Amino acid sequence: MTDNNYNEIIELLCDRLSSLTDSEVSITAETNLISELSIDSVKLLNLIMEIEDAFDISIPINALADVQTVHELASLISKIKSAS
Amino acid sequence: MNLLEKLDAAAAARKALLPEGVGAFGIPIEEVYSATEARIGERRVLLLGTNNYLGLTFAPECIQAAHKALDDEGTGTTGSRMANGSYYGHRALEREFADFYGCGSGIVFTTGYQANLGTISGLVGRGDTVLIDGDSHASIFDGCILSGAEIIRFKHNDMADMEKRLRRLGDRAETTLIIVEGIYSMLGDQAPLADIVELKNKYRCTLLLDEAHSLGVLGETGQGLVEKTGLQKEVDFITGTFSKSLCSIGGFCVSNHPQLDQLRYVSHPYIFTASPSPATIASTRAALQLLREGGHLRKQLWKNCTQLYNRLAEIGYQLGPEPGPVIAAILDSPKQALQIWQRLLEKNIYVNLILPPAAPDGKSLVRCSVNAAHTTEQMTYVGDSFAKLYHEILQS
Ligand SMILES: Cc1ncc(COP(=O)(O)O)c(C=O)c1O
Repeated sequence: MTDNNYNEIIELLCDRLSSLTDSEVSITAETNLISELSIDSVKLLNLIMEIEDAFDISIPINALADVQTVHELASLISKIKSAS
Repeated sequence: MNLLEKLDAAAAARKALLPEGVGAFGIPIEEVYSATEARIGERRVLLLGTNNYLGLTFAPECIQAAHKALDDEGTGTTGSRMANGSYYGHRALEREFADFYGCGSGIVFTTGYQANLGTISGLVGRGDTVLIDGDSHASIFDGCILSGAEIIRFKHNDMADMEKRLRRLGDRAETTLIIVEGIYSMLGDQAPLADIVELKNKYRCTLLLDEAHSLGVLGETGQGLVEKTGLQKEVDFITGTFSKSLCSIGGFCVSNHPQLDQLRYVSHPYIFTASPSPATIASTRAALQLLREGGHLRKQLWKNCTQLYNRLAEIGYQLGPEPGPVIAAILDSPKQALQIWQRLLEKNIYVNLILPPAAPDGKSLVRCSVNAAHTTEQMTYVGDSFAKLYHEILQS
């Protein structure tokens, strides 16, 4: 259940991120959100809000401080989703 | 990259935004003549970028009180109240703030920044939640970080978004502190306090309101948004600063909850810093008295605010949603904002320039702060100057 949930999240993230970035990098779970994708902070915050609504969760800002990669963001979402 | 190289990289990013020689940030002010005029370089400028909302920086009552305190009690307290003692003035000012808001107790802090840091980190901690507006001031955000609580932001003044997030909290709403501001410092708009109070009661949270920009400005006696909306009994904690309408430096928190007093024993930003100097406290006490009796000042302030807001709107500038002492022209690019800011200075008008990421939504702001000492003629001159620049810069 959790695994399915995680894969679904990864898929959604990769899809949304590729539409936000101009860069040619193909996005995988290991892609670094900050150093590899040139997405500005306003766009990233908007993406976070979209994800929050998609999963009906709130992601605390302090938890985002530890997030670097797509995988880390997906794990965080999955963790919050299963706790709610 | 070592630590110093990181600072160099940040400096390079800053310089890329602002051409060499443009000192928009921390501009040197050589002499201050009055609540509305000062000298910048060789120019005598109209000050339209201060938070001196009631125009009391040179009020004789405040200056005399500060002089007397200096003579009687010296230049500083040299330590914290916890370790070195509370002067009569500190305690008197706390009683006066509590009385002003009709609250049981009040605490004075050394700055408004510390009032938020100290109140927030004293009220919540690890395992608790803070629900803050997306446009919150840095002192609120930093207080939340210091507290260790989980920080959740809702879209600025968006009650549907706020409720969605309260609902998602479930049982954790009970240990949640909602934090909003009376007037927001970027766009000058007010929090929808009645709706916020309704949600706070529905979800049984605690509410903190920062009246930094609304103290002296809103309400019959200048309490702020609580007084304008008549919701004094519904807001759990009110913080504010002495640095704006009270024209000195310091901050406060008032509450009807007797537990407020406990903050004196747990809140590091209260304990581990020196208390405000006697002169600071004395001028603040005198200013608070003038603020309470300052209906005529508020009237003049609002006349000025409405005049300038309506004029800028008429010209075609995109502004915040409602008039107030903070009037921000919202520009699409930093370049436009910088041009307008520079050209205003050439016309001897000093306003604030706010560039991303400090301004919301990646926008740039040319922000005016209006005060009660400005004259109708000055407001007309500012309006005319903005009109010329609109045609020269935005329509060319
Ligand atoms: C909303 C808000 N809260 C708190 C503060 C901090 O006040 P002080 O200048 O007294 O540190 C400010 C001032 O910049 C503010 O705008």
